[in-house]
Amino acid sequence: MEALTKRSKVVSDKRMTFAERIYLPAVLSGITITIKHLFKKKATISYPEVKREFSQVYRGQHVLKRDDKGAERCTACGLCAVACPAEAITMNAAERKKGEEGLYREEKYAAIYEINMLRCIFCGLCEEACPKEAIFLTDRMVPTDFGRDGFVYGKDKLVEPVNDRVDVTKRQTKAVIDFKQNKRLSHNK
Amino acid sequence: MSFLLYKLLLVVVMFTITLVVAMYATYGERKIAAFLQDRLGPNRAGIFGVLQPLADGMKFFMKEEIIPNTANKFLFILGPGVAMITALMAGVLIPWGGTLEIGGEVYSLQIADLNIGILYVFAVVSIGVYGIMIGGWASNNKFSLLGAIRASAQMISYELAMGIAIISLIIMTGTLSLGDITRLQAGGVGSDWNFWNVVYQPVGFLLFITCAFAECNRAPFDLAECETELVGGYHTEYSSMKLGFYMFAEYINMFVSSAVISTLYFGGYNFPFMNDLGLDHNTITILGTVFMFGKVFFFIFFFIWVRWTLPRFRYDQLMNLGWKALLPLSIVNLLVTAVILILTGK
Repeated sequence: MEALTKRSKVVSDKRMTFAERIYLPAVLSGITITIKHLFKKKATISYPEVKREFSQVYRGQHVLKRDDKGAERCTACGLCAVACPAEAITMNAAERKKGEEGLYREEKYAAIYEINMLRCIFCGLCEEACPKEAIFLTDRMVPTDFGRDGFVYGKDKLVEPVNDRVDVTKRQTKAVIDFKQNKRLSHNK
Repeated sequence: MSFLLYKLLLVVVMFTITLVVAMYATYGERKIAAFLQDRLGPNRAGIFGVLQPLADGMKFFMKEEIIPNTANKFLFILGPGVAMITALMAGVLIPWGGTLEIGGEVYSLQIADLNIGILYVFAVVSIGVYGIMIGGWASNNKFSLLGAIRASAQMISYELAMGIAIISLIIMTGTLSLGDITRLQAGGVGSDWNFWNVVYQPVGFLLFITCAFAECNRAPFDLAECETELVGGYHTEYSSMKLGFYMFAEYINMFVSSAVISTLYFGGYNFPFMNDLGLDHNTITILGTVFMFGKVFFFIFFFIWVRWTLPRFRYDQLMNLGWKALLPLSIVNLLVTAVILILTGK
């Protein structure tokens, strides 16, 4: 059978040689290996002070985007909830009333929109499914909490504040934009 | 009266230094372990984590103290006490430096220079295993008992080889006193050629340091606590400061062992060129003490270094090594030393 890697070794239970039985050569080679590590660069990142650089397309905490005028994009179509493999998303739809045009972009909106961050696997399928470009994953980490209830994020935590927009352009790579374009075209067909 | 005062002062100073060194050996242990594993180690309490030992000590005091209701309460409390007391007692014989001359009076930096020196150290260190045995027995827990049995078996096996390794050193130096053994190694590189004992007794040194690892219950011979098999070994049932005492006793033992190794084999407070620099007596003494502590710290580092390199021996390997390798080797070493001494007519 062909070996999968070049690192495989044939083992045998032959008797130890004298040099192996007195342990000292092995001990010496061992302590030289460890002493070299004393001077090596440490792998630790001191977290709160130093933060690891995230990938451009890191999939962290979700954001519900607003449009340019500050109205929520989400129309509570439920495609994200259907796409979600972990069944982490629930929502209740409501109809927009008169005078709320500045708040919600279309006639239907999500009155309740909840993502259970303990169920979420951060796969990004909700983002892919969304026809309104309303939900995105960002490079923010989901912080810790003391109880399970705290991990069910409602609209208060998900919708971006009007005057503190979350930048998601980094996730809009060419491949993503092309994909969305084609999706729209196939949808229209 | 002034003699008593100066001895008392010396004892208090040495006691404090021993405790502080043991305290910071725990910090060193964690820091060096981390560095050897490409980590940073404790660095949150104080700058570079130097206050970590204080935080650890505080934690030990604040922890709930649990005494199992099936345990023998008196022995359960006695165990860590015995471990701690014997660990601290062994340090009195170490010559930490030469003599200081202040106002015509000569003060030795050794607390007590007994003529049976090294025998006393052996006796006291051997009592240390009672702390472990009593603790393991009194816990009324099978893991503790197994740990205690292992500790005592290991102690007996390795003390023999260690003792015989020392005998070959003693027939060479002709004295048991640690002060005299150190003075015999005075000089060194420079005008008066004189080598440290490690040059004459390399095998003895190897035997001694190997047995010292076993005596201190340090890896690769830490079978008494070996967390992978025996939960915590003899201190499985211990909590709070009683556990802290066992831990502390281990580090004090390490410190004393390092000091004994430095004294017996590495010239104690002597350093190369000590008589050629034209320094006055007191300066040489102080420098010598600094060198002594340098040597001790190196050996503590070595203890830690080896612990984070070697895996633990299996129990039968440990016994094989002790009885079939170290003991015969120490006897051969003794015979060879004796024959050479007779042939050279010393």
